[in-house]
Amino acid sequence: MQDIPIYEFTLLGWIALLPLLGAIFNGILGARLPRALVSTVAAGAMGVAFILSIVAVWTLFQGRFEGADGHTLYGALYHNVFTWFEVGSLRVDFELLLDPLSAVMILIITGVGFLIHVYSIGYMEGDRSWWRFFTYLNFFVFAMLMLVLGDNLVVLFLGWEGVGVASYLLIGFWYEDDEKASAGKKAFIVNRVGDFAVLLALFLLVIYAGSLSVVELREWASTLSPAQVTALGGVLTAICILLFIGCTGKSAQIPLFVWLPDAMAGPTPVSALIHAATMVTAGVYLIARLNFLFVLSPTAMTLIAVIGGLTAFFAATIGVVQNDIKKVLAYSTVSQLGFMFLAVGVGSFFAGVFHLMTHAFFKALLFLGAGSVIHGMHHEQDIRRMGGLKDYMPITRWTFLVGCLAIAGFPLFSGFFSKDEILWYTLANVHLLGGVNLSWFLWFLALGTAFLTAFYMFRLYFLTFEGECRADEKTRSHIHESPLAMTLPLVVLAVLAGFGGFVGIPPVLGNALGGLPNVMHDWLYQVIGPGEAFFAYRFEGYGMAWMSMAAATASGIGGIALAWLFYGKPSDVPGAMAEKAAAVHRILSNKYYVDEFYAATVGRGVTLLGRVCHRLVDELLIDTLLVNGTARLMGFLGSVLRVVQNGQVQRYVAFVFLGIAIILYLVLR
Amino acid sequence: MTENLIPWITLTVFTPLLGAIVLALVPSEHKQLHRHMTVVFMGLTFVLSLPLVLLFDDAHVGYQLTAPVENVEWIAALGARYHVGIDGISLWLVMLTTFLGPIVALSGYSAIEKHVKEYHVALLVLQTAMLGALVSLDLLLFYIFWELMLVPMYFLIGVWGGAQRIYAAIKLFIYTMFGSVLMLVGIVYLYMKGGMVGFDITHLIEVGRSLSITEQRWLFVGFGLAFLIKVPLFPFHTWLPDAHVQAPTAGSVILASVLLKMGTYGLIRYAMPMLPDGVFWAAPYIAVLSVIGVIYGAVVAFVQKDVKKLVAYSSVSHLGVVTLGLFALTSASVTGALYQSLAHGITTGGLFLAIGIIYERRHTRDMDAFGGIARQVPVFAVLFLIVTLGSAGVPGLVGFIGEYLILLGSAQSYAIAFPAEETRMFGLAFGAVGWAFFFTAIAATGVILGALYLLHMYQKVMFGPVKHDENRSLLDVNGRELTYMFPVVAMCFVMGVFPQFFIQKMDTSVQHFIAQVEQHAVEYAPMVEENRAANRERRRFRGEGDAAFSWPMIDAARSGEFSFDNGRDDDGQADDADPLPDDDDTP
Repeated sequence: MQDIPIYEFTLLGWIALLPLLGAIFNGILGARLPRALVSTVAAGAMGVAFILSIVAVWTLFQGRFEGADGHTLYGALYHNVFTWFEVGSLRVDFELLLDPLSAVMILIITGVGFLIHVYSIGYMEGDRSWWRFFTYLNFFVFAMLMLVLGDNLVVLFLGWEGVGVASYLLIGFWYEDDEKASAGKKAFIVNRVGDFAVLLALFLLVIYAGSLSVVELREWASTLSPAQVTALGGVLTAICILLFIGCTGKSAQIPLFVWLPDAMAGPTPVSALIHAATMVTAGVYLIARLNFLFVLSPTAMTLIAVIGGLTAFFAATIGVVQNDIKKVLAYSTVSQLGFMFLAVGVGSFFAGVFHLMTHAFFKALLFLGAGSVIHGMHHEQDIRRMGGLKDYMPITRWTFLVGCLAIAGFPLFSGFFSKDEILWYTLANVHLLGGVNLSWFLWFLALGTAFLTAFYMFRLYFLTFEGECRADEKTRSHIHESPLAMTLPLVVLAVLAGFGGFVGIPPVLGNALGGLPNVMHDWLYQVIGPGEAFFAYRFEGYGMAWMSMAAATASGIGGIALAWLFYGKPSDVPGAMAEKAAAVHRILSNKYYVDEFYAATVGRGVTLLGRVCHRLVDELLIDTLLVNGTARLMGFLGSVLRVVQNGQVQRYVAFVFLGIAIILYLVLR
Repeated sequence: MTENLIPWITLTVFTPLLGAIVLALVPSEHKQLHRHMTVVFMGLTFVLSLPLVLLFDDAHVGYQLTAPVENVEWIAALGARYHVGIDGISLWLVMLTTFLGPIVALSGYSAIEKHVKEYHVALLVLQTAMLGALVSLDLLLFYIFWELMLVPMYFLIGVWGGAQRIYAAIKLFIYTMFGSVLMLVGIVYLYMKGGMVGFDITHLIEVGRSLSITEQRWLFVGFGLAFLIKVPLFPFHTWLPDAHVQAPTAGSVILASVLLKMGTYGLIRYAMPMLPDGVFWAAPYIAVLSVIGVIYGAVVAFVQKDVKKLVAYSSVSHLGVVTLGLFALTSASVTGALYQSLAHGITTGGLFLAIGIIYERRHTRDMDAFGGIARQVPVFAVLFLIVTLGSAGVPGLVGFIGEYLILLGSAQSYAIAFPAEETRMFGLAFGAVGWAFFFTAIAATGVILGALYLLHMYQKVMFGPVKHDENRSLLDVNGRELTYMFPVVAMCFVMGVFPQFFIQKMDTSVQHFIAQVEQHAVEYAPMVEENRAANRERRRFRGEGDAAFSWPMIDAARSGEFSFDNGRDDDGQADDADPLPDDDDTP
């Protein structure tokens, strides 16, 4: 048994608290303060939180030591803020835990978050609800930090719901537009469907594991004997699947992905921070965090991989035909999240987290680049009316290109490394569902997705930045490069998206290059190592790994080449294709009619049920028949009996005679 | 526990009544004076109730803070006594009532223009009646306060209500009376069985427990109906939407926040400890009605156009969760049920106050008449949003804790399962845990549906473009409105972030309550025992193998016994390198 040390670290509380304080300050006073002060407080809180995060992670790194099995371990930093509530044997502490996994997350959240705060100063300039925006944004970061720092799953759930609330508020930020307000509501409600499942999973965990602390759960899961795991099999699978349903809500996977494309109604920095870099990856984080549970249920794991792979492919096909610059990126996000779930589903939690990180870099970059374009073109989002922007906004163009290369998996850009890891583990591990090994199926699915990704991203790039400008004269005369506050974050993110992948050099390359270490995998080993040990390679040596890498690279470059053929120069091929396959094009443009399906079934169903209950049960059955019916019955009985007592002596006499007659009849009969 | 000589409870209960008497002596043309005086007396009541929290002894089992003069003979011929006291169950309900007193008084300043004096007298009398019912330890005393509550409420709705106020008031009256009469029969039966010596509840509870299962069932029907109508449990809820819609703001707030809680309070104080076998007999049926109520209330709320009606139906949904928790009889679920009662008081009270504010400006409750007013009334928008999210059960706000505890507790309950021979439905056999989890899962859909109708409401009222020109000149909350909304909103946060302060004062009483019900079950004693065994059985899933990693310091850190010395002890010695038991199914 390996003892993991923990170290009290009070600053952890401050990392989460700073953005909250920023939100409270701006929320209460922001409306009356000068704009510069509001944004300084908001971005400043983020900046300090980022510095504190670095200090915390550095402290964690300083505590490294060699574990029994030769791997480097780091222990964890810990701070118990207070006891949230305690009932009987259930105690929920507000405890924060920083281990290597949450360290990666807080660096992404505060780092990318800080950049996006800075960017927002430029992007949101002139918006009249400036203070409200920064309040929400800071609040979001607080909730997200609670999500990744909480050791107790209830605290995690607080963050989980908190980011949902922030997302709701920010998507519906321009609430005067009913459609945008509805998009926010939709996001929250769809997320709630997932949260419902998470709640049930938490209950099952309490019942069977007796705890909700991740640390304790980990001990529990790893002490289960084989016989116990068999006995608990169904329960474990149920827990894992319920948790995963929660993830499909938060991370926009099939079947709950419908809210994310609509969420693009929010301001673009929000799309970058919440709907690309951080919140939507919470599901991946949750599975990586609880990897010790998920590995106990191979069924759930394979299901996750299949859903992830299908989502990745399915969303990519939709992304190919979208014309709204943000919608393309939205479907791309759904697709890339699918990749991450594929990774964790196939047992490579490292690849999932790694792709989460590189995706945070390049997708934040792409969204911010898109925001820069939208800003420069005065709120034009349709790529059919763009083109040739490389001359007008060079910084945006070059950084956007880096983002596209990264997401397409162009060699040595960050996405190349993380995507390669996913493909390799998909192929190398065995994923049984109903006795069938799905490795090759999933691998081809991922390969196809990689191809489509490269294609639609470069379609986007070519249509936006290359060729002739298709905007009208008036717009064209106003196109301009964005201010420094916006371009600076782009440059920083471009550097990260370009070189960020080198922290996770795959063994096959590292070996060939003379034993370069996979820094990130070593860093995460403490959290995910034992989980990953559940899976063994199917292949000996590096031959298949080279093959997989070559295939991935080829499909990425192939996608870029095809996009260049279609859109790199004026061409009528795309139009002709769309006409030839009109049916396919229509289905894809309408996103497989999933929204319509939900509206017709769930949406209509609830309304109908409500109407029936209200009109039929409440008003007719209970009120009219039973309640008022009783009243009317009383009234009726009264009116009948009133006839007997109307005060007329004659009638009384008549009744007396009638009574005598009846008695006589009964007696003499 | 030290002897308590000052009768804080009596002072709290009768200060509003004193206020009512004083008000009655002031001529009715001094409208503003009546309003101010009501606020002062309500505020004074709240201040006088504060010592109850301060003096409350968390660890004490049973009733406390009874001063010597608060347990005296009242009607000697019947053996009835004036006996009041509180425990962890009533403490916070009393505090909720006194807390809301000044708030509801302030809410009617400009809304009520006719019969101002009588209105405030009614409010004050109602306050005394509610507080009295919560602290009574004598069943006859309780019954009198219970019935007394109805009178001012009847007038509040019938005189100061909306267009159909008479119908609503009578409906409320008859519905409640129907239950009350059954309860009265039950009280008399218990009184006679108990040797006609008195109505002391400790005595009557013992009498109730000694009854046969048949008697307990019948009595439970009587007591249960009286309280469950008040809750209200589906299908006895139809008085609620009418009463809420027709009542003035203050009436709606009191109705939702306190009067409905009388139902849950009555169950937990009287019906359940008195009739343990009756409880176990009825629990599964009540669970069924509860979960139906959760969904039913939510979907009906969703299709409402009248915003007050929407909130009224949301109460049906929320309180369905509460009754489920109550009858699940686990410490988490009962604590949760109590906490959710308070939470519902805060959030739904807050929603009605908020609706009252916009109603005063537009004189309509139709959601379509609003829309897009967030820009006009930004402060109001924030306050309204917070209570809405609180009601939707967002963690960090008040609504989450209770809901979470209830669902958590009921998921492991054995009480709400149908007995074995009845569990074959659709060819499926459910075990106790299966039933409990099934009910919990259905009740938990309230999480989704709650967000659905509440956000729907918020969007309809606040978001979108401004559709009606009269909304463009809408005024934001004024100082008075902010004064009474602020404490409610603040409580949403306080009770969501620091629930432990409240829960720790309930804990002893809740544990005692559950133990009492379980110990005194006769007919269902085998079931209780079986559950204990099943709990033990479940513990066999607590680890047998060796953990790969262990965290030896975290327990000490949690209990605060461990002092961190930020220096390392770097002997991460390895006793076992084998990471995990090799039971994985992967090849």
